[in-house]
Amino acid sequence: MTPAPLRTDQLFVNLGPQHPSTHGVLRVGLTLEGEVIMRAEPDIGYLHRGTEKLSEIRGWNQLVALSDRWDYCNAMGNNLAYCLAAEKLLTVEVPERAQHLRAVMCELNRIASHLIFFGTFGIDIGAFTPFLHAFREREMLLDLFESCTGARLTYNYIRIGGVMRDLPKGWPDLCREFLEFFKPRLQEYDTLLSFNPIFLDRTKTVGHISRESALNWGVSGPNLRASGVKADVRKLDPYCLYAKYDFEIPVGKTGCCWDRYYCRMLEIKESVRIVEQALGLLADGPVMAKGVAKILKPAPGESYGHVEAARGDLGVHLISDGNTAPYRLHVRAPSFMNLQILQELLVGQRMSDVIAILGSIDIVLGEVDR
Amino acid sequence: MGIVLDKLPGVCGVLPGGAGVLAASDEVVNWARKRSVWPVTFGLACCAIEMMAAYAARFDTDRLGIFPRPSPRQADLLIIAGTVVKKMAEPIVQIFHQMPEPRWVLSLGSCSNCGGPYYDSYSVVKGVDKIIPVDVYVAGCPPRPEALIYGILELQKKIEKMSLARGAGATAQIETGPRRYD
Ligand code: SF4
Repeated sequence: MTPAPLRTDQLFVNLGPQHPSTHGVLRVGLTLEGEVIMRAEPDIGYLHRGTEKLSEIRGWNQLVALSDRWDYCNAMGNNLAYCLAAEKLLTVEVPERAQHLRAVMCELNRIASHLIFFGTFGIDIGAFTPFLHAFREREMLLDLFESCTGARLTYNYIRIGGVMRDLPKGWPDLCREFLEFFKPRLQEYDTLLSFNPIFLDRTKTVGHISRESALNWGVSGPNLRASGVKADVRKLDPYCLYAKYDFEIPVGKTGCCWDRYYCRMLEIKESVRIVEQALGLLADGPVMAKGVAKILKPAPGESYGHVEAARGDLGVHLISDGNTAPYRLHVRAPSFMNLQILQELLVGQRMSDVIAILGSIDIVLGEVDR
Repeated sequence: MGIVLDKLPGVCGVLPGGAGVLAASDEVVNWARKRSVWPVTFGLACCAIEMMAAYAARFDTDRLGIFPRPSPRQADLLIIAGTVVKKMAEPIVQIFHQMPEPRWVLSLGSCSNCGGPYYDSYSVVKGVDKIIPVDVYVAGCPPRPEALIYGILELQKKIEKMSLARGAGATAQIETGPRRYD
């Protein structure tokens, strides 16, 4: 007697919204055929706070505080993107010292953000120790931020027209001390995780994004560069004084999870270089442009400013109707764009690789939903 | 264990000297509960990053017996770390009900206390206490990890005062039925 043929069925699995590895509150609806994923539908909106609508009520200066909370791992980058757009509307000239300070803070914040990625990606793959190492160094960075801005996470430091206040006494030396301490740590991270055979096995073979599909889906930041596209706003459309600093743009080859991971590790090195150069170029001077009022009323018009945030090309589109608050603020959030590619990327992958792929894209839900 | 503890007051209450036994077991049970508060790994927004920092190297909550668990079914403490928006309200209630009793809720940050910087937003629940009962509120935007640790120490004081005779640990049940989140 031949056994009856096995009946198979498709299975629908909910990943999230409460899942330790979705980095916040993302839900992905997965349709499985055995172990293989047939369909993946990201469901967002679990952190939709209505920031863009609120921007129409808050004043121009208050919006800096809200911008901290888009991508909370990289608050300085958000501050800067918003301020660049607003400064274009107001035609404010930012003093040179403030420009360097902005670059220093943004790059330090990029390091802090990539350290969070490094730690949490390790946890996703099953390595807990890197998390502790990453947060040890990150705490030192946060001490630097705290001594200058007073906050650990939401700095509100970069303001329209410059920065909130000058560095405290002795800060550049503390910062250099930290960088000296930090550089050998990068080596340690490589031994700990980057070239760990188990880690390589789990990340080298999955989640390939080809150059074309990365461009088609509008992916940006390290995710795009890992696919071999040398695109970085800091080089393509330099803001602040980035044209003066000498740094490389690391690119990957195949666009697999490991490439995306390693691109970020290399970026940390470049950020360290930028901070060193910017600190060297710091000259005395004012840190705030003259004549920026407490209550701003820019002339009617539109402006767009974008920066290379830790997760990609972060743009802010502002429309002013001459009032004390913007008529409309739109955020081009890199995480939102990067997330879309999951629909294509996850299909055909195995269930056990989903977390590795999701982790390597490095999304922040605050920015996806806003 | 839970069943034994549930039955204990009924059994001891009728015996001579039962009150003394109950008081003694209170001490033991509270001592154990207080030193192993296991929170769910559940972050909502910015405050979750500070929560992670509290679990990590410098602040190291492990030394207080605080050890994050990925599943609500293994946890005692639900830390609401971040903005509760209306779409997330229903899942949060569900997670709360998935936790075994006794369970506690700690609201971390201004957003989950009262709406925080989003107090006038159309999509935000103005305080998580509108949907689930809260034991400890920690203020700040975001609160520092020290503040979270202080909040948990306060929670431990609260746990110390629980008594089996008064149905220890059963947090006030919320009524079911249609809910409004604004
Ligand atoms: S209280 Fe502040 S830091 Fe915490 S989630 Fe709300 S906005 Fe973010």
